[in-house]
Amino acid sequence: MNELTADNLQLWRGEQHVLRGICLAAAGGQCLQVTGANGAGKTTLLRALCGLVPLEHGRIFWRGRDILEDREAFHSELNYLGHDNGLKADLTAAENLHYAAALRRRARPQDIALALERTGVAEAAGQLLRHLSAGQRRRVALARLALTGGSLWVLDEPGSNLDERGHAALAELIDGHLRAGGAAVVATHRVLDLAAAQLRSLTLQ
Amino acid sequence: MAWVWFHRFGSPPHFYRLATRLAPWFGWPAALLCLGGLIGGLALAPPDYQQGDGFRIIYVHAPAAWLSLMVYVVMASAAAVGLIWRMTVAYAVAASCAVIGASFTAVALATGMLWGRPMWGTYWEWDPRLTSELLLLFLYLGYMGLRNAIDDTGRADRASAVLAIVGVVNVPIIHYSVIWWNSLHQAPSVMKFGQPTMPAAMLVPLLLMLAGFSAYFVALLLTRARGELLRRERNARWMAEALDGAAAGKR
Amino acid sequence: MNQERVGFAGAAGALIARDLHLALRRSGDTLQPLGFFLVVTTLFPLALDPQLSLLRDIAPAALWVGALLSSLLALDLLFREDAQDGALEQLALCGLPFQGLLLAKTVVHWLLTGLPLVLIAPLAATALGAPYGAMPGILAALLLGTIALSLIGAVGAGLTMSLKRNGSLLALLVLPLAVPVLIFGARATALAIAGEPLAAPLYLLAAIAVLSATLAPWALAAAVRIGLE
Repeated sequence: MNELTADNLQLWRGEQHVLRGICLAAAGGQCLQVTGANGAGKTTLLRALCGLVPLEHGRIFWRGRDILEDREAFHSELNYLGHDNGLKADLTAAENLHYAAALRRRARPQDIALALERTGVAEAAGQLLRHLSAGQRRRVALARLALTGGSLWVLDEPGSNLDERGHAALAELIDGHLRAGGAAVVATHRVLDLAAAQLRSLTLQ
Repeated sequence: MAWVWFHRFGSPPHFYRLATRLAPWFGWPAALLCLGGLIGGLALAPPDYQQGDGFRIIYVHAPAAWLSLMVYVVMASAAAVGLIWRMTVAYAVAASCAVIGASFTAVALATGMLWGRPMWGTYWEWDPRLTSELLLLFLYLGYMGLRNAIDDTGRADRASAVLAIVGVVNVPIIHYSVIWWNSLHQAPSVMKFGQPTMPAAMLVPLLLMLAGFSAYFVALLLTRARGELLRRERNARWMAEALDGAAAGKR
Repeated sequence: MNQERVGFAGAAGALIARDLHLALRRSGDTLQPLGFFLVVTTLFPLALDPQLSLLRDIAPAALWVGALLSSLLALDLLFREDAQDGALEQLALCGLPFQGLLLAKTVVHWLLTGLPLVLIAPLAATALGAPYGAMPGILAALLLGTIALSLIGAVGAGLTMSLKRNGSLLALLVLPLAVPVLIFGARATALAIAGEPLAAPLYLLAAIAVLSATLAPWALAAAVRIGLE
């Protein structure tokens, strides 16, 4: 039942016709990979799917219902990871996860520790984000993703700044999410390391 | 049925054609009304028993002040329509109103100061009406400043629409708080007149000027809105056709 | 993992706790508006003849202009940082009423700017020659006024959060809207200092605060959503 569909999306940014009639679908257990050159509109598309950017034309459906009908219900199932990590630099990794979880689902300290371990930054739990490297911060953001869950994941270049092990952890995270029946839309330059049955592709010109 | 009219009105090509046709119908009457009002006010109306001939500046000051407020309300209403129904035309109208309204406000302030000089002895006296006009000018400048600062036209439209709506709610509050503030000092307001009521000979030219200024505003708004639509829709096909048609139609 | 959804009250509380936690970490920045207020109110006597009678006359003006300016100082940061590091987006997408969450952030702004101001006002007022009997009135007026200023200023901050840091545009947007607060607040303070009943301006100030609390959440949510596009 988890399915995201979009129908003839049109969007202008100023004079530029960024989205020109995009149609897409991502069902539960599937990951839609969005590729395209820099500036092709991947970020804009993902943000439009979240409902952050108003569309000139076109509708987006989650579980058969227009996302604009009940935004709050849609957002409570959505988990978005943008270019920025969405974390505060002056809090520690553990604190960031605690507060992020507090906005969605209560998380116990064990859950926070587990999430940090899954993405390989357990040792940085007590450090301020400001003192971590870009790759480590991205991993903390992925840990937030793992912790706060959600049926639909919309990820904008989740692998940026990550090393090989980081990419492996990311793939594992997405794989686990898909197996649990979740759907994902991921904008990426690098092909995701997932089973072929789980992957679908969309390329933006 | 009214909705059909509303949505046609909101379609850029339709509005453009309408504005082109209607502008002279407001422009010429505006000129005539103002001419009549000026003759009546400057030459025919009797001098005020308290202020002599100095009061005559009211024939420019009062309509300008009244319009400065009305234009803000029109601007905020158009912005609200644009925000709710996502209409380019409404946003174009709101954007066009801003400079017009700010100019009327500036004229009201300038004429108010010129009026004050012979009456109070100074150009500025924190009179409640002038102070309100000054704050209204700041509201207009804020609106234009915000619009200017945002590059994307759509976002600029929406953000300034929110500002205009917040502003229009505050305008009566600001106005009355300034009046209340000024009333504490019991300064006589020279904006009032010697007579308790205005004789017809004084009032009629004032109403003529008011009507003339309003017609002028509409004519100016229609012209500016056309220009604004031209700028926004310059890549649209209907715009090319309209301009070609205009060039061909002019002999 | 626990799948139980958090209610709005819990989330808003967590948001307030987070922002206060951050403010504590950056205590220097947090105390700036307060320091600014003290500096401004100290400058007035220094710039004038320090006769108490004269100071008493300008005390309302000094207190309120100081309150307004220090409130403005802290406003720019209200949303800008969260907008830049993506935390504001996360708030918009967490499935809880956005208006309420933004209001929670405004509450934090007031707790960090308005409340300290109200607490330190007796000190500043005394330095400006206000009698002790005037304190309750001054505090009540500043309490209502700073709440209204935080709400009005937040709307301005929301509209300008994605623009290049430009304090003058924010000031231009906020100041005309803040004029009624200034007028009634200063009047209430003047009446308090003179020992006269100040119910009228105080009620008007309360009315403005209530109106701001009603209108601001809508305007805030609209402005911030536009800024996040």
